[in-house]
Amino acid sequence: MATQQSRALGRIAVAPSVIALFLWMIVPLAMTIWFSFLRYNLLDPNYACSLLTPGQLFDEANRCFAGTSNYYYFLTDPAFFKAMTNSLLIVGSVLLISIVGGTLFALLLDQAIVGRNIVRLMVIAPFFVMPTVAALVWQNMLMDPIIGFISWITKSLGMGAIDWFTHYPKTAVVIIVAWQWFPFATLILLTALQSFDEEQKEAAQMDGTPPLSFFWYMILPHLARPITVVVLIETIFLLNVFAEIYVTGTGGRAGNLPYLVYQYGLLSNDIGGASAGGIVAVVLANIVAFFLMRMIGKNLEG
Amino acid sequence: MGNINLRNVRKAFGDAVIIPGADLDIKNGEFVVFVGPSGCGKSTLLRLIAGLEDLTSGAIEIDGKNVSSAAPSERGLAMVFQSYALYPHMSVRNNIAFGLKMANVPKSEIDEKVAKAAATLNLTDYLDRKPRQLSGGQRQRVAIGRAIVREPEAFLFDEPLSNLDAALRVNMRVFIMQLHQDLGTTMIYVTHDQVEAMTMADRIVVLNRGNIEQVGSPLELYNKPQSLFVAGFIGSPKMNFVAGKVAAGHKAHTIGVRPEHIDIVAGKASGGEPSSSPSILEPMRFFMSMPASAAISSCAPTASMTASQATKSR
Repeated sequence: MATQQSRALGRIAVAPSVIALFLWMIVPLAMTIWFSFLRYNLLDPNYACSLLTPGQLFDEANRCFAGTSNYYYFLTDPAFFKAMTNSLLIVGSVLLISIVGGTLFALLLDQAIVGRNIVRLMVIAPFFVMPTVAALVWQNMLMDPIIGFISWITKSLGMGAIDWFTHYPKTAVVIIVAWQWFPFATLILLTALQSFDEEQKEAAQMDGTPPLSFFWYMILPHLARPITVVVLIETIFLLNVFAEIYVTGTGGRAGNLPYLVYQYGLLSNDIGGASAGGIVAVVLANIVAFFLMRMIGKNLEG
Repeated sequence: MGNINLRNVRKAFGDAVIIPGADLDIKNGEFVVFVGPSGCGKSTLLRLIAGLEDLTSGAIEIDGKNVSSAAPSERGLAMVFQSYALYPHMSVRNNIAFGLKMANVPKSEIDEKVAKAAATLNLTDYLDRKPRQLSGGQRQRVAIGRAIVREPEAFLFDEPLSNLDAALRVNMRVFIMQLHQDLGTTMIYVTHDQVEAMTMADRIVVLNRGNIEQVGSPLELYNKPQSLFVAGFIGSPKMNFVAGKVAAGHKAHTIGVRPEHIDIVAGKASGGEPSSSPSILEPMRFFMSMPASAAISSCAPTASMTASQATKSR
């Protein structure tokens, strides 16, 4: 885009898609914000509140307009703090597991081992399993206290069965979600490892670098940027984990913010409250993203 | 000490034989250049010496000790790579110090050595920069600095100047030769550029398809090439080869004549018009840095090489 003219032309050319994307984003957001200020409950006979025109807003002694009370009730709900803690717990644990595990698997898959292609495919496979299916498979085939594979192992070892979803619901959810996300980290980190400069490796060899030092001084700095990318992308998706909690029925103790919004909206039929919760979740996600970018975003520069 | 001896060194990747068998003795303090067309195995030979490739058979001795199966770092060699292979996330200081750090040299000694190397290489002002903030020539010097601080038995250079522009290349050439003079350490230098080979080497090793064609001083190779390949490879513009009846007259299969030994005389040529005429000649300059007492040897070809002397048939 050299000249001013071509730049202006470029703007006109991309305008339709930019406008479409902007509407795509802004319409649901605006509606959610709008709903979050309404007393909008599906069980309330007055639910037509949602569709009101500005003239009706303050009718009937201010019945429809809720002001900030939806926010007040959501933020002071004891379930909110618990849901937020669970959200952060899931994000943090899964990130830790997927990055440490992903790095180790990537290092392993970067070696010339027998049947490497098949192993690679198998390692990456969990990423293609949809969350609902993954949750069902883990719940019924692996973690079930009676017929599950894990309990069969623990029973064989004489430790007795573990009822994961009753006693360790958060751990169980973290395991399922981590299982799905570590292949993603493996994939990204593996491609990064494969781009490691061969001559640099040889220079390190000439310098007599032992394997652990090589990992620490050469590989890890080389992986800093892809790890940052993995952290950013996974954080976005992990804040939205829902299916695994919903399907395994662990929402009571392992429920995160999306699950709480679901409870508000679809279990209590409180659209106004759910909208307020959704907006709170968006704000919190942005705060997390902001700090994340400040902490590790510098890795993406230069 | 840096005596390096290759004993029937052989390297093959599966069926592809890269080096069929090389014997070579490099004496301590020598500047040896491996030269040859691309794909002739010169880099492979260097990497075999460095220990970055395994020998298929044969042996490599450094100072009489067989190091054929020793790890690269145990051979006491330092290598300068074509791409410099600097560690991109480390400062210049840490790049230079890294090898010493891995060898558990005390911190104070590392600092001292790094400072000294940086002073030699004019890098003192750049010690805290990252490689990507440096120019090509500076990166090259960092790579050399990394090699120097380890005080190796021998330096290995793998086409170190091929990524530099022409002017810088000439400077670095002089710089490396000066370094060789100051340190007196064995240096093995791989290049495909015969100008580099001719100007820098004590001895040149000409390689062709993995075979050592000839080993000798630059002038030896120029004046007494032992094979058609060496005769054709060394010298620019190339030696002219004449086969057939004229050669048979000199009892040879082929005779070679250097361009500078051809005189243009008046008279009618039998072969027609010349197809092209030179308009630009590259002046060859020789940089000398030596004590005043040393004689400056003329580098012009002195022997008036006769046709039959030039090249024997193979």
